Amino acid sequence: MKIFTVVLLCIAALPAQASETAITQVQDSYRTEEGSAFAATRGKSMWTQSFIQKKSGKQVSCATCHTADLKRAGSHIRTGKTIGPMATTANEERFNDPAKIEKWFLRNCKWTLGRECTAQEKGDFLSYFQSE
Amino acid sequence: MNKRIFAGALIMAASVSLSVSGIVFADRDEYERGLFKRTGTVPAVANKLYATECGACHFAYQPGWLPARSWKKMVGELDDHFGENAELDQESRDAITQYLVTEAADVKPNRKSRKILRSIRDTDAPQRISTLRYMVSKHDEIPARLITGNAKVGSAANCIACHKGASEGQFNEHGVNIPGYGPWED
Ligand code: HEC
Ligand code: HEC
Ligand code: HEC
Repeated sequence: MKIFTVVLLCIAALPAQASETAITQVQDSYRTEEGSAFAATRGKSMWTQSFIQKKSGKQVSCATCHTADLKRAGSHIRTGKTIGPMATTANEERFNDPAKIEKWFLRNCKWTLGRECTAQEKGDFLSYFQSE
Repeated sequence: MNKRIFAGALIMAASVSLSVSGIVFADRDEYERGLFKRTGTVPAVANKLYATECGACHFAYQPGWLPARSWKKMVGELDDHFGENAELDQESRDAITQYLVTEAADVKPNRKSRKILRSIRDTDAPQRISTLRYMVSKHDEIPARLITGNAKVGSAANCIACHKGASEGQFNEHGVNIPGYGPWED
């Protein structure tokens, strides 16, 4: 009976576990020195910060496609395609593959900010996604 | 001339020509039916990597809508993909190109791809499907307010907004339902 409960708990914990493992792994790879820390609050303020997009000349932010409320679904500003919520608590599909996380950080930072994000910025974003 | 003989000759002539054309039609029928059964329309996407990578920002267009040369060019310029950054690692790019060029309009024959090819010059490598002459001619009766003026559609590239069977490669007018307007009656 005890084993049964343990198994059940494990299954229930699985979805959360997947994103936690991937995020921890990615964040560890960003840490350059002992003790450097990531802050959800910094991630949050950068999420809605506006930049001039190079090609279109329009004001954009991460929230332009993902919305400012991480628990809500967003939509791609050019194609209209729905983008699932970013909060780990609202979307089990999120952040379970380190390569996917890196791929999108690269594309979206370049597109939005006109440059790659720093390790610190990416780590902060990930803490923010986990905090909501 | 005897009217009866004339009428008889006429009937005979008519039936001969009918049976001749009958043979011709039967042949073409079979050909078209065979083609239709196998490949009446562009085959649905059957590649997981392609569906995930090229379906992340929009409907995953079937490779049968463009020739191989178009796809090769597109995959080579993903860092500036219609003003979007869609860059991808070399390994995925190679695998996706491989899939695209074996399913492209000029490689896998079907009726739609053939019409597409006929509307493109051999020297061109068009990047958009929505602006191909064939596509424009198929959609020229739809007013702009239902496409670009329609928040739920946005652009002619948003196939899946109107064609409910788009993922299965079904694009005929019976499966059309334009958001805010409804089914399409010719
Ligand atoms: C032009 C629209 C757009 C903008 C702007 C945008 N994103 Fe994205 N983002 C997407 C799309 C599309 C996906 C992939 C869809 C999905 O996974 O559901 C995505 C996915 C991601 C992922 C991967 C999520 C996962 O599950 O692994 C991260 C991380 C991300 N975005 C971060 C950002 C950050 C940080 C910014 C701002 C610098 C940003 N995005 C701006 C469209 C956008
Ligand atoms: C980061 C987002 C993103 C990714 C990933 C992406 N695309 Fe696109 N794609 C776009 C945008 C934005 C457009 C322009 C849409 C518009 O103008 O309506 C577009 C347009 C297209 C068009 C032209 C549509 C038309 O007929 O007008 C094709 C074809 C296309 N993409 C194929 C691909 C292929 C193949 C891949 C995978 C290698 C891919 N896309 C990956 C964002 C993306
Ligand atoms: C605004 C809605 C809308 C969008 C977006 C749209 N279509 Fe259509 N499409 C239609 C309608 C309506 C018809 C029927 C037109 C008619 O019969 O006059 C049609 C007809 C067609 C046909 C001809 C079907 C046949 O059997 O003759 C093809 C092929 C097609 N669409 C492909 C596409 C593709 C591929 C895309 C995306 C690149 C697309 N459509 C985007 C509404 C749309």
